[in-house]
Amino acid sequence: MNLIVPIKQVPETSNVKMDPETGTMIRDGVESIINPLDLYAIEIAIQLKETHGGKVTAVTMGPPSADKALREAIAMGCDDGVLVSDRQFAGADTWSTAYVLVKAIEKIGAVDLIIAGERATDGDTGQVGPNIAAAMDLPLATYVSAVDGVEQDAVTVQRLTEEGYEKLRLPLPALLTVVKEISYPRLPTLRGKQRAAKTEIPTFTVADLDVEAGYLGLKGSPTRVVKIETPKVTRGGKIFKVTDEESLHEAVDSLIAFMKTKEII
Amino acid sequence: MEYKGIWTIAEAYEGDLKAVSFELLSRGRKLADELSEELVSVLIGGKVARERLEELIKRGADRVIVIEDEKLDRFIVETYSNALIDLIKDRKPEIILSAATVNGRTLMPHVAMKIHAGLTADCTELGVEEDTRNLLQTRPAIGGNILATIKSPDSRPQMATVRPKSSRPLEIDESREGVIERIPFKAELYDQRVTHLETISGGDEDVNIQESEIVVSGGKGMKKIDHFKMLYDLAHKMGGVVGASRDAVDRGWAKYPHQVGLSGKTVTPSVYFAFGISGAIQHLAGMKTADTIISVNTDEEAAIFQVSDFGIVGDLFEVLPLLNEKLEKEVK
Repeated sequence: MNLIVPIKQVPETSNVKMDPETGTMIRDGVESIINPLDLYAIEIAIQLKETHGGKVTAVTMGPPSADKALREAIAMGCDDGVLVSDRQFAGADTWSTAYVLVKAIEKIGAVDLIIAGERATDGDTGQVGPNIAAAMDLPLATYVSAVDGVEQDAVTVQRLTEEGYEKLRLPLPALLTVVKEISYPRLPTLRGKQRAAKTEIPTFTVADLDVEAGYLGLKGSPTRVVKIETPKVTRGGKIFKVTDEESLHEAVDSLIAFMKTKEII
Repeated sequence: MEYKGIWTIAEAYEGDLKAVSFELLSRGRKLADELSEELVSVLIGGKVARERLEELIKRGADRVIVIEDEKLDRFIVETYSNALIDLIKDRKPEIILSAATVNGRTLMPHVAMKIHAGLTADCTELGVEEDTRNLLQTRPAIGGNILATIKSPDSRPQMATVRPKSSRPLEIDESREGVIERIPFKAELYDQRVTHLETISGGDEDVNIQESEIVVSGGKGMKKIDHFKMLYDLAHKMGGVVGASRDAVDRGWAKYPHQVGLSGKTVTPSVYFAFGISGAIQHLAGMKTADTIISVNTDEEAAIFQVSDFGIVGDLFEVLPLLNEKLEKEVK
């Protein structure tokens, strides 16, 4: 079974600092990591390979430094990594990113299953997975929380919906986007890290891919960012401190009064 | 450009329209009035009764288009995408809005890729750019640290998904009139590849935390699963549902569908209660846009207080039982 996992390198968002002047992210000193939601995709892909044989290839589009994310994926147990990198890809929105990734996946070769994280924690769109399925005309299941079975030519999955779950059967090749319920990502092993350090990671540039220049990067993206604002975080609400029985009652009474003004009760 | 009209994509479950169908119409109505265009609610499948379809008109739609066929009973993205694209090519709408639900966030990128249209995910604000009449789409990104405003200047239709609960449905206006148009489904648009085998209910009644006006969430500070009963108690008194932080879900105190935050669901209720939740940025990203935030935490420095409209620095094991007790009396 040939598995491909498209991943994204993202800034570690738990300690993102914004420049209040420019409204842009301060990248200095911010660590780049594999998008945390992609780890679940990597894990389930490795598990499927372990059970059914085959190989897992992680692919990412990004700057040359995104090579690090691919090596981490290999250290976890992916067999190969492919970096898709070219200055002409810079500024791509989800449409253009998916367009290029599809060309890269087609170049990698025959694929049975593409597994992607549900979304990336920086852009937070969740669009590239469905975009790739649409462009390659592959059957798609999003928000997959369990892979129930893999047959020769099909996969049965559970998909998380607002109301519960639904069970779908997709013929292969297919594309899944997965949620964290699907797996517990393993940590890289020492042996994995050693292998990752030695693995040769090819870079696909514009010259290597059958792409149309007009569909690349900012220029090839249907969407444009007009404005970036840093929202005000503080709401400056009332804060009550409970120190004893009396202040406890006072705080709860005030809360109930507050709830009444907001017509909650 | 010949593209005209604003479409909102209605959603149905078990034969009834979901609330998001009406919320989208209040967004769409504003845009339609500003642009002087027709507002159309599009429903694919769903087997919804006529009287409910009329409610779409009473709550803002000028036209309702229903594509009906038993092959559309279940959401299968390939078939729904084919049906919507066929309709788009025929009618050429200028703007398409869908809810940022699991199905909306699956269908819209599928369609946008195929028709080469710009799509903005999970918007919280929509407006119109003066002069160009382009749709301005504002959305939080990078864990809610920024608000980005995005437009699609050259591609049509302009597509966006909108957060559930981020707008209120318009009141019913009995005097509103409109057209309900039923369109047969073309057999060649049916994609037979994916099979829906089974629907499994969420196990508890209030698993759909994104559609609730009130979400009562617990975090690490709840200490054990048994204590979540107090949250259910409070939630039920107000007709709300229970949410949880990632910490609480990872500890098995609540199931994943209840998780609020970057790796869970994004909620925009009228009121969000946070008990024993410190307010990690990943959690804030999932609830910061709630109208009112009420939090209880022992740590005065907890980030959750920064975004709270009402906070109590104290022991939730004192506050929560007393709140439940006093509310019980209030209700009586």
